[in-house]
Amino acid sequence: MIGLIVRRFLQLILLLLGISFLVFMSMHIAPGDPATIIGGPTASASDLEAIRDNLGLDRPVIVQYADYLGGILQGDFGYSFQTGQSVTDAIITRFPNTIKLATASMIVAIIIGIVTGIISAIKQNSWIDLSSTTFALAGVSIPNFWLGAMLILVFAVNLQWLPVGGLSAPIYTIEGMKELILPAITLGTASAALIARMSRSAMLEVIRSDYIRTAKAKGVKQRSLIWIHALRNAMIPVVTVIGINFGGLLGGTIITEQVFAINGIGRLMIDAIAARDFPIVQGTVLLVAAIFVFVNLIVDVIYAFIDPRITYN
Amino acid sequence: MSAEVVFNEKNAAPKKKERYIVQTFKRVLKNKLAFIGIIIVSIQIILAIFAPFLTSYGPYEQNLAVTELGIGEEGHILGTDNYGRDMWSRLVYGARISLIVGLSSVALGLIGGLTLGLLAGFYRRIDGFVMRIVDLLFAFPGILLAMLIIAMLGTSLVNVVIAISIWSIPGCARIVRGSVLSIKKQEYILAMKSLGASDIRIMLKHILPNCTAPIIVFATMRMATAILSTSALSFLGLGAQPPTPEWGAMIAAGQDFMWTAPHMSIIPGIAIMLTVFAFNVVGDGLRDALDPNMEIDL
Repeated sequence: MIGLIVRRFLQLILLLLGISFLVFMSMHIAPGDPATIIGGPTASASDLEAIRDNLGLDRPVIVQYADYLGGILQGDFGYSFQTGQSVTDAIITRFPNTIKLATASMIVAIIIGIVTGIISAIKQNSWIDLSSTTFALAGVSIPNFWLGAMLILVFAVNLQWLPVGGLSAPIYTIEGMKELILPAITLGTASAALIARMSRSAMLEVIRSDYIRTAKAKGVKQRSLIWIHALRNAMIPVVTVIGINFGGLLGGTIITEQVFAINGIGRLMIDAIAARDFPIVQGTVLLVAAIFVFVNLIVDVIYAFIDPRITYN
Repeated sequence: MSAEVVFNEKNAAPKKKERYIVQTFKRVLKNKLAFIGIIIVSIQIILAIFAPFLTSYGPYEQNLAVTELGIGEEGHILGTDNYGRDMWSRLVYGARISLIVGLSSVALGLIGGLTLGLLAGFYRRIDGFVMRIVDLLFAFPGILLAMLIIAMLGTSLVNVVIAISIWSIPGCARIVRGSVLSIKKQEYILAMKSLGASDIRIMLKHILPNCTAPIIVFATMRMATAILSTSALSFLGLGAQPPTPEWGAMIAAGQDFMWTAPHMSIIPGIAIMLTVFAFNVVGDGLRDALDPNMEIDL
């Protein structure tokens, strides 16, 4: 197990280096001179030259990359072209909102997904099964930005039960929880649908297996049969789906933040892309991709933990 | 070489192939959901092709006298938007954009993915290198890679096509590589090699046709993702720009009129949902129909 973690961790470092290089290079070869973006249309030639000199843009690309990498290791992601603010500060201010949203959505997705999946497997071909299968199909097809807009229309505009957007109140207050409900459902629905689908098929496969029949014959109660004997094995593929989904969820955060006007990493990124603020784009993309690969590593480890038969050779 | 041609052009081969396609299609049609999906996709294709004949107003035609009309009011089947533009017409032309963007991005992605997958699977020397690039592209979650590419190229619908096609490459490459690895060890490939067939010929004429089943399923599912992502990117203002009648951009425009004209967002959203649903279920149906295990049952 320790060998697996060490090996995966070394791979992770290599992957992060690759990601940082790719992100740095893509911003570097992007058309548009950063000096012009910072200096604005009125900057003179000497001003532009001074900005370039200041940013070290006249140095070889590889030196600039090494410099950038050195900065990252010290927690310095550069400075915004637009506001001059440190990218690290901008990210730190907004990161809690994104994490709040992603975690809440994941919880919503896991609870709804696993519960509906298991129930529809136990009650196969019943109306519960039919409605949860329909939900699973519709859930992956609904554009989440549209679902968000519709939820706002119904619960915020018409019924006025929940706020239209924002995520400013602390999470432990009722206001804070209320603010989180609609965005979490919006973002969690697609993942819930996928998890439900996977849980259903995994559970169906497991409850038909020999060892479950044996346990049943030995007189194990239905409840412990499902929740203790079957669930652990059925969860193996579900954990993978949850892990893979976390990536989609992080991507989805970007969109959901925009719909609900939440000041998170996603919104920071979208505004930066529109304004061609490369340091911010670089920093945010790098951060999200790093979290994604890190989560994948954790999923791999959990995977080996739940199923000791798995060895990564 | 001539032996190869004779081997290749056996009379029985095309007939069997044709029968296989017909059989697959029949099996897909038997799947109720996939059948519904095929109908929805067909309707969308018809709408996209015959858009000018199915609409009485242009998609950009403004009429400030009839803004924000509801469904069915004053001869506008689906009402009008805040500029008095006919929603039905914008929806139909939007179907055209969705299909074109979806098809072109999937096609470009397939070209890239097929090439990389074939080369990686066939030549062990470059396999490691290509697959590390694929792993690197996979390290970007969801729509993020597409956003990075748009950040690099700038915001436009063409750049969205490029971004989504690059995003499709790693998935396709991985599937193709997997198929190639299993196929290339088969005896008929060894036979082709011993007959002196060139690598390109073996790859294109003998390996590629045997990878078609997973590729078709991938492409169909990818259409759903491409259409959904295009609309998401346009919704965020990174894709189609107003006044283009792109569904995602239409939802974004409708958000400001949620109180007075909710149909401006509701209608394009339903259109996206139906289309994505259709491609997903057709993909599912194709996967079931093309599953080699089912061959045994027939």
